Amino acid sequence: MSLLLDMLSAACLLAGSFLCITGGIGLIRMPDFFARVHAAGVTETLATPLLLFGLMLQMDWSLDLLKVVMIMIFVLATNPTATHATAKAALHGGLKPLVSEDDPNDTGEPSSKP
Amino acid sequence: MNELPGLYNDWVAIFLMMAGFYVVISQGNLVKKLVGLALFQTSVFILYISLGKVAGGHAPIYDPAIAIYSNPLPHVLILTAIVVGVATTAVGLALVVRIHEAYGSVEEDDIQAADEAESTASSSEASAEEDAKQ
Amino acid sequence: MRDLFGVVILFSIYSFMTAALFMDLDAVDVAFTEAAVGAGVTTVLMLSCLRLTGRWERRPKHSPLLPLIVVATTGTALVYGTLDAPLLGDPNAPAHQHVAPRYIEQGPIEVGMPNMVTAVLASYRGYDTFGETVVIFTAGIAVLLLLGIQEGPHTRPGRTAIGDQIVLRVVVKLLIPLILLYGLYVQFHGDFGAGGGFQAGVIFATGFILYDLVFGEGDARLVVPPDWLPRLGALGVLIYGGVGLYSLFAGKPFLDYSALAHDPVHGQHLGVMLVEIGVGITVFSIILAIFYALAGRARRA
Repeated sequence: MSLLLDMLSAACLLAGSFLCITGGIGLIRMPDFFARVHAAGVTETLATPLLLFGLMLQMDWSLDLLKVVMIMIFVLATNPTATHATAKAALHGGLKPLVSEDDPNDTGEPSSKP
Repeated sequence: MNELPGLYNDWVAIFLMMAGFYVVISQGNLVKKLVGLALFQTSVFILYISLGKVAGGHAPIYDPAIAIYSNPLPHVLILTAIVVGVATTAVGLALVVRIHEAYGSVEEDDIQAADEAESTASSSEASAEEDAKQ
Repeated sequence: MRDLFGVVILFSIYSFMTAALFMDLDAVDVAFTEAAVGAGVTTVLMLSCLRLTGRWERRPKHSPLLPLIVVATTGTALVYGTLDAPLLGDPNAPAHQHVAPRYIEQGPIEVGMPNMVTAVLASYRGYDTFGETVVIFTAGIAVLLLLGIQEGPHTRPGRTAIGDQIVLRVVVKLLIPLILLYGLYVQFHGDFGAGGGFQAGVIFATGFILYDLVFGEGDARLVVPPDWLPRLGALGVLIYGGVGLYSLFAGKPFLDYSALAHDPVHGQHLGVMLVEIGVGITVFSIILAIFYALAGRARRA
């Protein structure tokens, strides 16, 4: 049983770390602001609960477990809201999303970096 | 942490302190100067907290199972210093806002130029008055 | 970096990293405070200052060479000075020899609470903390004297700077009670775990600052009228000083809490709780007053 829990927890932690790294790469490599917000927001929203869930599997039934559950709820509520607010603020500030209507031969140069 | 004893904590604090010091003396923008001052402040916090660390110690919350604690005294000093720090930073920000209202700029050069222009204007006015008297 | 907005956000991230570092160095209370103050309140205050003074910085005309030389010289001298300093984590360092062992060994017995930081903060070093509280109060009064809390068309109820953001409104409405509840938990649980009056005051203030940001200044000022804030700050200092004076009149030294009850440990508990409440009220009201003063100021050309 404990081996199963350990394996599950390790899988969760690994997946969470992987998503964190992809989110970080996306934050740097994505071409425009909205794509970056997407990379950061979407991956973090899944990565943080995965990491926390992996940690929860390592814990005993105690008050600390409850605290981690509350942190998870808090992150799940605030993270998408923060992403939403950032994107909406950028749109309100007059930043247009990068729309691909150019030729498909475009080599992916960062044409409209904010 | 236990395998790396040394002085690097002091050096990190000194590096941050010097970074903050550099921002304070080299930048002309008053808001940026305040950020530099806050950076300086944080370096002092890091220095104190690292002084309070005891190898193998635990957070200073009493537990019958724990024998070694880190030193709680620096924690107390820094805990209050952080909150006092934000209050004093706020006083600095308020001063910057008033300076901006008075001079229309928060750049040191502009403020100095405005002051010099005003003083030469007032001195020329004074000399003009003296001429008129004579 | 010419964009001051970026500078402030980077500073906020740096503060969070510092909080993580403090956590690693066993300073849970300090990490807590740094995360709430450095990453939260300082950022909001600096951004509201930028709103008034402009976001872009001009390129400085001076050469950076002279400051660099000064900084390098000072840094080298300081590094030379550290060569005799005790190593990190050395249990025999002078800092751990003087009064700290007494705090660690006797604190849980004499003051009767597990969190030694709270015990030292409120009981052993009550004078210092009283001084700090007065400094915070004075700083708040200084900001109010410099800026004042302005009223104007932008502070009428129902007006927000960001427009009607339905998602933010719903989420914030859910979060604010939780934040305030958490502030109370931190306030009264400070004897046992990380927390205390300073952190609780800051958390309470952030709850109201969040409300102000999302629902507009007018609505926030209906909830907590600005006139109250300096009075609340003074009340907090008065509670703290009053506890000290009470123990003075009861024939004990100033801020000796064992005068508050027949049992000394019980008296310590009561005294620490009252003092922390005073600190919490002062910190909350002063930080909120500073925020009102900076954020409610009309922009001038």
